[in-house]
Amino acid sequence: MLAIWKREVQAYFFQPIAYVLIGLFFLVSSIFFTLGTVASGYAELNFLLQNITFVLIFIIPILTMRILTEDRKNGTEILLVTSPASVTQIVMGKFLASFTVFFVMFSSTLLYTVILYLLGGKPEVPMLIGGYIGLFLLGACFTAVGVFASSLTESQIVSAIISFVFLLVINLIDSIAGFLGGFAAKVLNMFSLLSRYKDLNNGIFDITSIIYYLSFTTVFIFLTTRVIDKRRWSQG
Amino acid sequence: MIEIQNLTKHYGEIKAIDDVSFSVNKGEILGFLGPNGAGKTTTMNILTGYIPSTSGTAKIDGLDIMEYPREVKKRIGFLPEMPPLYMDMTVTDYLDFCSSLKEVGKKEWKGQKDDIMELVKITHVQHRLIRNLSKGYKQRVGLAQSLVGAPDVLVLDEPTVGLDPKQILEIRKLIKALGKNHTIILSSHILPEVSAVCERVVIINKGKIVAVDTPAELSKNLDDYSKFTMTIAGPEKRVKDILTQIYGVKYLEVQNNVKDDAYSYIIEADKDVDVRKPIFHKLAEVGYPILELKSLGLSLEDVFLQLTTEEKEVN
Repeated sequence: MLAIWKREVQAYFFQPIAYVLIGLFFLVSSIFFTLGTVASGYAELNFLLQNITFVLIFIIPILTMRILTEDRKNGTEILLVTSPASVTQIVMGKFLASFTVFFVMFSSTLLYTVILYLLGGKPEVPMLIGGYIGLFLLGACFTAVGVFASSLTESQIVSAIISFVFLLVINLIDSIAGFLGGFAAKVLNMFSLLSRYKDLNNGIFDITSIIYYLSFTTVFIFLTTRVIDKRRWSQG
Repeated sequence: MIEIQNLTKHYGEIKAIDDVSFSVNKGEILGFLGPNGAGKTTTMNILTGYIPSTSGTAKIDGLDIMEYPREVKKRIGFLPEMPPLYMDMTVTDYLDFCSSLKEVGKKEWKGQKDDIMELVKITHVQHRLIRNLSKGYKQRVGLAQSLVGAPDVLVLDEPTVGLDPKQILEIRKLIKALGKNHTIILSSHILPEVSAVCERVVIINKGKIVAVDTPAELSKNLDDYSKFTMTIAGPEKRVKDILTQIYGVKYLEVQNNVKDDAYSYIIEADKDVDVRKPIFHKLAEVGYPILELKSLGLSLEDVFLQLTTEEKEVN
């Protein structure tokens, strides 16, 4: 698992993709920071953190689109599967590699906290911590969805589109729930990743939310292993 | 060492391999021969644990791949049809990656690495990106990958495909050398390759095993009649009369008119009778010299074609 993780992280940083994504992310997040914090005079990062979820819908699919598709296309999947590593270990290695890049990318926003303090702001620490923990967990969920999407196809583009649509729907669930109302809304809200994030971002630690995020990630990693196994059973 | 029993694999309605059984002894190089689409790759993929079988077992060292995948996979070095290379890595980085993927100890790997690169002759390209290597070198890196961790068993799926003739010879030589320390299964659809490298051949066609033997025995077994062409200077009709009268000749055909009065004939005789001597004496008596004699004994190629072609051509 570590071997795969190490290779994939190196591959990310060997190609321009990680740099481009991190650069883009930094650009967009600094715009949010400027607008939501500096210009508006609020000593908090919650505007930034709330809106960054929307940016992740675009960035995560690009980040994860090659993680499994490339192995299928280049025939290296066979190397991984015929090695002593189990499919779960392979998928975990891949997932952690993508998550590492996300982690590095997202950690760049910690710089804003420093700036905030330097500017003399006194952000509420629980909100800040909640917002960050929440976003790391949300990022893990999104990354798991992306990894899952890349297991479905050999094409990077198709993989990116699948995870993009998937993440978009996840983001729209709240609106759909609001539109439907009643019991359906209750159910949808229960599954919503974002409404839970809003709570965390407001400094409300709810252990069920954290468990939900972790379970969501686990389920998608598990589904990914099933897809790979299923294909092994049916293909030549 | 390797034992495959009643292995069957269905893809929906299609039977990719059907009741395949064979075994490979320790230290043996086994050729796995068959036309494209015969089921070679499927068998190898099952043996290496890439895909599961529908039924039947594949065992290495007595361990079933389905029951002990980890143990078995550690014992196998596999070179698939398409070498599984990461184009964005250098040769050394890639081999290091393979060693940790295969859980080879750091110390052990340190001792092996240079030897392996030396063996497949990639030492001088070790710091280059795999993407920039030629096809032949990529194949070698793939082969080096299969040797990582010094596995007992090597499974090589068409290791020479797409190489130029010089590279093919080198790879073959290398495989022969590897056979001293490894048990090898090698698949191919090229006959000379198998007869040059392998000690035993399994011929597979349409998912079924049609023959298992040594290359020499395979051609001998089917070569149950002596068959040759002869070019004789002399009137066609007269010569034909003489030849048919000779004891043991069971088939005669005029192939073509070579030159003026010289004709070439295809002659088949009973296998326990050598008809060449009486033919010589008889023709010498009447003064029709033999200009050429060429055996048409079956080559491995013919055996292969006979075994894998359903409708035999009547010759």
